[in-house]
Amino acid sequence: MGNLQTDESRASSRATGRATSATSKPLRAALFVTCLADSFYPDVGKSVVGVLRALGVEVTFPEGQTCCGQVTFNSGYWADTKAAAKRFIEVFEHEEYVVMPSGSCASMVREQYPQLLDGEPGWADRALSTAARVYEFSEFLVKVVGLEKIHATYHGTATYHTSCHMTRQLQVVDEPLAVLSRVNGLQLVPLRNNQDCCGFGGTFSVKLPEVSAAMADEKLQHMAETKADFVIASDLGCMMHLTGRAARQTHAGATPSSSVTPSSSLTPSASSAPLPMKHVAQVLAEGGLV
Amino acid sequence: MTNIKTPPGRSKPPTGQTPQTRGDRTPPGRSTVKIKPGSFRARAIEGLSNPYRRRTVAGVQDHFANLRREVFTELGNPEEWRARAAQIRTHTIANLDAYLEQFTDNVTRHGGHVHFAADAADANAYITRLAREKRARTIVKSKSMVTEEIGLNHALEHAGAEVIETDLGEFILQLDHDKPSHIVGPALHKSKAEIAEIFSRHAGHPIAVDTDELAAYARKYLRDKFFAADMGITGCNFGVAESGSVVIVSNEGNARMTSSLPKVHVVVMGMERLVPSFADLDILLTLLPKVASGQRTISYVTAIHGPKQAPDLDGPEELHIVIVDNGRSNMLGTEYQQALNCIRCGNCSNVCPVYRHAGGHAYGGVYNGPIGAIITPLMEGIEKWKDLPYASSLCGACTDACPVKIPLHEYLVALRRDISEAGIDSWGERMAAHLFGWGASHPGAFSMGQSILKTGLTATKVGPLGGWKSEREFPSSAGQTFREWWHKEGEREGERER
Repeated sequence: MGNLQTDESRASSRATGRATSATSKPLRAALFVTCLADSFYPDVGKSVVGVLRALGVEVTFPEGQTCCGQVTFNSGYWADTKAAAKRFIEVFEHEEYVVMPSGSCASMVREQYPQLLDGEPGWADRALSTAARVYEFSEFLVKVVGLEKIHATYHGTATYHTSCHMTRQLQVVDEPLAVLSRVNGLQLVPLRNNQDCCGFGGTFSVKLPEVSAAMADEKLQHMAETKADFVIASDLGCMMHLTGRAARQTHAGATPSSSVTPSSSLTPSASSAPLPMKHVAQVLAEGGLV
Repeated sequence: MTNIKTPPGRSKPPTGQTPQTRGDRTPPGRSTVKIKPGSFRARAIEGLSNPYRRRTVAGVQDHFANLRREVFTELGNPEEWRARAAQIRTHTIANLDAYLEQFTDNVTRHGGHVHFAADAADANAYITRLAREKRARTIVKSKSMVTEEIGLNHALEHAGAEVIETDLGEFILQLDHDKPSHIVGPALHKSKAEIAEIFSRHAGHPIAVDTDELAAYARKYLRDKFFAADMGITGCNFGVAESGSVVIVSNEGNARMTSSLPKVHVVVMGMERLVPSFADLDILLTLLPKVASGQRTISYVTAIHGPKQAPDLDGPEELHIVIVDNGRSNMLGTEYQQALNCIRCGNCSNVCPVYRHAGGHAYGGVYNGPIGAIITPLMEGIEKWKDLPYASSLCGACTDACPVKIPLHEYLVALRRDISEAGIDSWGERMAAHLFGWGASHPGAFSMGQSILKTGLTATKVGPLGGWKSEREFPSSAGQTFREWWHKEGEREGERER
């Protein structure tokens, strides 16, 4: 990846105005990079920065950011989660827009913070106000930047992995597809049972690893059936789980897991090679957005 | 489940043995974590090791999903139907005392008897006493989850009666001493070949692996039992408060035979089964078969208003309705009250990916799938069932599928919170959460923690991430973090642009 934008393209993005116009101030977005992008997928963070800048958005990275706290919230540790939520609010509450490359983290802030801090003096209102500023990456492009500004070219066939929290909690469903429809040369093919969870589920993946892996195996099988060149996703948890599982399958030959007897229709056939996965932001960045 | 003894004649004991999780083919990285016997995880591993069941359940889920899509399209505005159904159920539960009184008054007016049972022992005592009084030697039953819940068959058999399940699925399970794996399709996990084997064993002669022959065997055997039965026991899908009617739905017609042929009809119903009126029933009956099995409508809907009346030619001479609490009132007045909205359609299991792979028996209790993971701990005690609320990836498919809008996945998270607040969680997890809470409010420490996570914990097979490493690789931890990149280049690139 690396080469996000050429100087020439940057110049042209500025020249065409994009989100910036002579009369309005430039858009400014604070990036919440998420733990997984920070540690394991820095390229996704860089792609988000590159794409937003190419679209004329000024990107800031507030230093004090930590984690949204979803892992502890979903594990039932609400008191410990409040520390993370309050930190997030303190860091981001004065930003006009907060953008994050994760539907799951966005749903945590937007859907759960108000519930978590409900009735807590001095925090309930701030939770609501901060929640209203948060956008998942593709959602921000569609709702704030404007779809018509997106021009990229990426030749290939891909399938899109629908992530659960983004779809069912955040209710951001069409936005990533709308963004990808702006990529010339990219053909999206349908994924069987796309609504089914991939089996990540945060601590679920370590508490019930065998069930989690069985869910991944079926998802990988369906992905292989699409014959796509790669998979596009909006959540790095799903990506880390699925690519990690695919790597293990390759590692262990055709045996997906010794703890379970593979059932032929539910586990990938030996011939299915793992598909590479990319975040929506990476597709746009590699597609030389602008 | 304190007052419910596992009926030896009906149920297999909870899975005690943990299947071998490591063997000769141990792939690299497989952890050496011990799996607690009798836990959801142990039972799930057993479920995963049954390829037939996994294929069947997945096939049924996909098949139902296709049918459901079709019938919901015909319905036109499913979300409005769901909203109305949820409203009816929420209203009924909020006013349950008044509707129970109205229902009881109307049943009594029609000549029926009502008994309120506080728990399983109370319900079983009433029904076995009645069976003794009526000298009931042969008792036929139609499918009922609440009788599974209270272990009624065992109590009646203990009292010397012969109890015969007449729902085909339940009949198969009874002969095989197995228990239901799905709320609606109890024997979903059995193959045709297994059923032929079970029936052949019962018949004492071979019966072909053929649907017609298998059905014919069950029909012939059960038909004789219907005519011989002294007592019929059914569940109750809905009780209509305005009329005191008991409404039972079935696809096999056995509920109608069970409720009308024997001289005594006993209805066992959960205390939350009510709807105010027939107009409300209409909404729920329209939705139930569609969500339960993708059926447009159900084959038999039976509404019973009291025992045989003067001009009636047939019907039971006595009708007894046993209304069971057995832990349900634990939910009343709490944040979990909406769990009582449940109409036992099984659709949360129909869409649940965990159920799909682990199977219904993994849940351990009578009620499986997401609703089982909620009501079993709430009814029988959270300490005993504390692993059930974690049996979910929290994907939310159940919540979206529930026709009466129970916030299922939110309840699962709330139960996890209850577990941590009650201090019955694991010490290690609690410490990790506290550490996280502290780290999340100290950015310097947090990014140091991220680095440790990235390079340290991910490198070993043991520790909190052992469960990750047992099944998957970690992404490469080489190279700089985003933060490092931002400091070195990212931020400056932006400044250059401006």
